[in-house]
Amino acid sequence: MADKLPPTPKLDELEKGPWPSFVSEIKMAAKSSLASQDLLGLLERSYNEKIGHWKHGGIVGVLGYGGGVIGRYCDLPAEFPNVSHFHTVRVNQPAGWYYKTDALRKICDIWEKRGSGLTNMHGSTGDIILLGTRTDELEPIFAELTAIGFDLGGSGSDVRTPSCCLGKSRCEWACYDTMALTHDLTQSFQDELHRPAFPYKFKFKMSGCPNDCVASVARADISIIGTWRDNIRVNQDAVLEYTKNGLNIQKEVIAFCPGKCMEWDGKQLDIDNSTCRRCMHCINVMPKALRPGKDTGATVLIGSKAPIIEGALLSSVLIPFWKPVAPYTDLKDLMGRIWEIWCEEGKNRERIGEFIQRMGMGNFLETIGVEPIPEMVAHPRENPYVFYEEYLVEDDEEEGQDKN
Amino acid sequence: MATFEHGSVKIEVDEDGFMAEPENWNQDVALALASTEGVGAMTESHWKVANYLRDYYKQFGIAPMIRKLCKETGFSLKEIYDLYPSGPAKGACKVAGLPKPTGCV
Ligand code: SF4
Ligand code: SF4
Repeated sequence: MADKLPPTPKLDELEKGPWPSFVSEIKMAAKSSLASQDLLGLLERSYNEKIGHWKHGGIVGVLGYGGGVIGRYCDLPAEFPNVSHFHTVRVNQPAGWYYKTDALRKICDIWEKRGSGLTNMHGSTGDIILLGTRTDELEPIFAELTAIGFDLGGSGSDVRTPSCCLGKSRCEWACYDTMALTHDLTQSFQDELHRPAFPYKFKFKMSGCPNDCVASVARADISIIGTWRDNIRVNQDAVLEYTKNGLNIQKEVIAFCPGKCMEWDGKQLDIDNSTCRRCMHCINVMPKALRPGKDTGATVLIGSKAPIIEGALLSSVLIPFWKPVAPYTDLKDLMGRIWEIWCEEGKNRERIGEFIQRMGMGNFLETIGVEPIPEMVAHPRENPYVFYEEYLVEDDEEEGQDKN
Repeated sequence: MATFEHGSVKIEVDEDGFMAEPENWNQDVALALASTEGVGAMTESHWKVANYLRDYYKQFGIAPMIRKLCKETGFSLKEIYDLYPSGPAKGACKVAGLPKPTGCV
């Protein structure tokens, strides 16, 4: 089949240079997949004509689920029959993205048989993305995936597949068990995950420490980021060792400390933990000398999103310190209250962060029964933000102006 | 566009099987479309959902949000999926003869 590859001079440009190329990947798949061959042809055509040839929004799925499959059709089915349907299947990844090669092989076997063979490991939500199949293959794919222990992920206006950093399984900085929480939330919110009923998508991302390896602070409606509330553990001998090996503590550690809470007299490193921001910088630079404290837990934040309909938002603090203890009932109850008000009052396609902006953080917190506290403000030390009831009128006016 | 035939019913549908001309909808069409969405038989409850969607669509030109559908028909989301296993958007709206919903239900 390889000699039947369509000529793709424009796409070939994308294979040049030292970088990995999706074009090379598709060509590789095209050796055994007609859909991948047509995909190359269709894409080259789009590059020539400068228009996309995918139609917007198909509705396909499997029985019992309202999400997990994204319907896609091309608008030139006669010329490119093998991509006339090119649906995407989202598959719930295991927490921390751990697989046995055996499991990956089985997924690929299913996909080579019933789809284009092309995958995207992983999508930005975290799922395994299987690219390109036909409507009549969906039920068999679903049946075969579940037979090997996989389930579809979320899509549309539902809880998206929760994802996390690998946490305690491999990382010494993990302040809580991200994988356990992710697994538990996934199981607990099966209905919300598979049966879209929200105003828009809702993502959970769990990071074990403030390094936030899954970037939850920038792209999850609920970001759960590990932290500690006691003191950074310091091994002074190891600090000295770093300086002996050439580390300039003043320049590389203290100068970058956002809390300005460190002092170094050449022998001893002092940290004023009361103003430490738990940013991880010093720990990342001197991992052998410094460790997070022992009283660990997580900060729960709400409301970040990538720019889609409105601009990007970062999360803001909802619970400064939370002890994640299975079965996490306190967190789940809180989610219930958040979804209640958002589903009731949220507009179609309004993310929770935008909803909070529209409603005002004060009103939102009151509705979900959370006390406003200084930690919820992005820069509490620089910003004299006050939450007293008698000032609320003024606050509302200011917020109104901010939005313009 | 494709033609969908079932018994005496013959209608134009889009690639997802939604009616191209919703004004041609009638009960026979609903029964025919139901057969493609895993709906065994159209019971009174099925009609209640379908008729609500139909009325809402006639009035507002779009499908209602899911929460509204549940509230107004008195069915929980689970019950809607029991009635229409492919869900409110793909299943119920299709049977009710709505054109393909874009992001609402
Ligand atoms: S977020 Fe923290 S705990 Fe998780 S992998 Fe990264 S450094 Fe480790
Ligand atoms: S964690 Fe950050 S704020 Fe705290 S002492 Fe280290 S560098 Fe400073």
